[in-house]
Amino acid sequence: MTTAEQFRGSSEYVASPELLQAANIAISLQKPLLIKGEPGTGKTVLAQAIASALDKPLLIWNIKSTTKAQDGLYVYDVVQRLYDSQFGNAGVDNISKYVKLGKLGQAFSSEQQVILLIDEIDKADLEFPNDLLWELDRMEFHIPETGETIRANHRPIVIITSNAEKELPDAFLRRCIFHYIEFPDQELMAQIVRVHYPDMDEALLSQVLRAFYWLRGLNGIQKKPSTSEALDWIQALLLNEVEPERVWPEIPYAGVLLKKNQDLDVLHKSSRERA
Amino acid sequence: MFLSFFYLLRSSGLKVSLGEWLTLLDGLRQGLHESTLSGFYGLCRSVVVHSERDFDRFDQAFAEFFGDIAHHEELPPELMKWLEHPELDEQELKKLSEVTNMSVKEIEDLFAQRLQEQKEEHNGGRRWVGTGGHTPFGNHGQKLGGIRVGGNTLYRSAYRVAGERKYRDWRDDNTLDSRQFQMAFRSLRQLSSNSDEPKTELDIDETIRKTCDNAGNLRLEYTRPRKNTVKMMLLIDSGGSMDYYRELCSLLFQSVSKAGRFKDLKFYYFHNSLESRLYLEPTLDWKKTVPTEWVLNNIPADYRVVIVGDAEMSTEELLSGSMTADGAPEGSGLSYFLKFRQRYSHLIWLHPQSRPRESTYWTQTFDILDRYFDMYQLSLDGLTRGMKKLMVNH
Repeated sequence: MTTAEQFRGSSEYVASPELLQAANIAISLQKPLLIKGEPGTGKTVLAQAIASALDKPLLIWNIKSTTKAQDGLYVYDVVQRLYDSQFGNAGVDNISKYVKLGKLGQAFSSEQQVILLIDEIDKADLEFPNDLLWELDRMEFHIPETGETIRANHRPIVIITSNAEKELPDAFLRRCIFHYIEFPDQELMAQIVRVHYPDMDEALLSQVLRAFYWLRGLNGIQKKPSTSEALDWIQALLLNEVEPERVWPEIPYAGVLLKKNQDLDVLHKSSRERA
Repeated sequence: MFLSFFYLLRSSGLKVSLGEWLTLLDGLRQGLHESTLSGFYGLCRSVVVHSERDFDRFDQAFAEFFGDIAHHEELPPELMKWLEHPELDEQELKKLSEVTNMSVKEIEDLFAQRLQEQKEEHNGGRRWVGTGGHTPFGNHGQKLGGIRVGGNTLYRSAYRVAGERKYRDWRDDNTLDSRQFQMAFRSLRQLSSNSDEPKTELDIDETIRKTCDNAGNLRLEYTRPRKNTVKMMLLIDSGGSMDYYRELCSLLFQSVSKAGRFKDLKFYYFHNSLESRLYLEPTLDWKKTVPTEWVLNNIPADYRVVIVGDAEMSTEELLSGSMTADGAPEGSGLSYFLKFRQRYSHLIWLHPQSRPRESTYWTQTFDILDRYFDMYQLSLDGLTRGMKKLMVNH
């Protein structure tokens, strides 16, 4: 590969080879990387890992249901300006003093290349992704108040995550590199766990994985436990010094893994059947 | 030869556009496929496919096209050579212009423009744009039969990945795009600042006036943001013959509740025809009902009403009741339908399926109701037209 910068995973983040490839494709082709996947598979953490691996600053734009595309570009603080003008503060004539760049604007105007994470884009309004098409394509936008055009000094590496709460518009999807994070298999999961708990006992680990994947495979579980929940669970087990033999089939602290009452009931029922 | 893969993807139902194809070529020129078939598979998939639901379609097409060589992880040298110089010759350009309805010139311009957009330098330059070069495989349509190249499989080969079809579960050919439905409901909009939202928007005119009144001492005034004031009521036929359309109806339900952002949204359910009571749940639980008259008296007339039903029922259900002088028998289903029509000036009827061409017993009621109501089919087109109608009086 000709591109000097390549993401190879990091010491804290274990990525599948497919994910690494997708990330590198997105970086080389200068397209936004759209990441979908079950909650808790590390979509958001990926951006942090890429940022630290490439040693670039990370800007996070958290999307909420009320977020508008404009918020990411800039906000013109009229009210502050009016107040300042009352008291004749210096610099009132300078409109640009009251134009505050949003996350996208900051990413464009940054002196060095940054990683921009647009987190949970599906939370926003239906039209939101369409409103950003031009800016993400051209990497520039215009501020009418100051007559200024903000153009990206260095094309930021854009990472977008989605929980698939809403469908995204086709025109937007066409411009993205898409990757779906699958739930890690046992092997990858073991690697992930070892990264977080390097000193963990192998016997405990194998018991944990056995119990965890059995639980995920149970019929009738509504919210399957995710990677992050597995890590929390292991922490709980380690803190309480649970013996490996107890993990399976007892599954102590199941409340860390299962958050719904119905799911806990399913667990108790099938535990009884097994007993 | 490579172009035929493009057509295969398109014919397998993936909406691959020229833009994505150019991106893919760009990726190949930069060597992102890492000279392995699985690398190539990953590159193709991440550029061309945009939803995990389409992974299976892609896998199948990939396995079909590259099936013969895919048992080897290393790419055959001919293919490699081609991938390194993905030049388009005249014939391929012509073919592309046929599918995309763009002239050869336009495509060339697009290529050139693309290259210029890229700020970083590429070793390829613009060499591959319409040079009339020659690809090692001839033009198209040929499968890569008979090429056998040795090589060790490092890890899972692309063919195995594609052949496993592990994304089959996600494939869902019946998925209707609720996004489009939601967009249709978007058109139902009547903005007004006459709402009970908190005042958060700066009212410039009022601020200027107040500030002047205040001898130039700044007085800020805020106003309420404009909000949609449209209120909606849906009467949905549930159970019986409507069971076939359950998915369609739940799609409609979701679209209305998700996208509408209406000021108010009410759902009532009925079975086949309106009766003296309306159900509150689609399960038609008799304990959870309200009198139809109560709805008529208490839901204001400015509500937009959508009746969803197949309008097919026994004539008995629609018409039986004590006869009156003017048409609809008192207490009959039709009389209730007409009461709604009378009270609510904005009312349409959505039916999930077009009326069968032959008249049968079941279509009689459809025809009767068709006389009184604006009926639209519950499809994207019908919904869009229906929403337009809902914005004006009938």
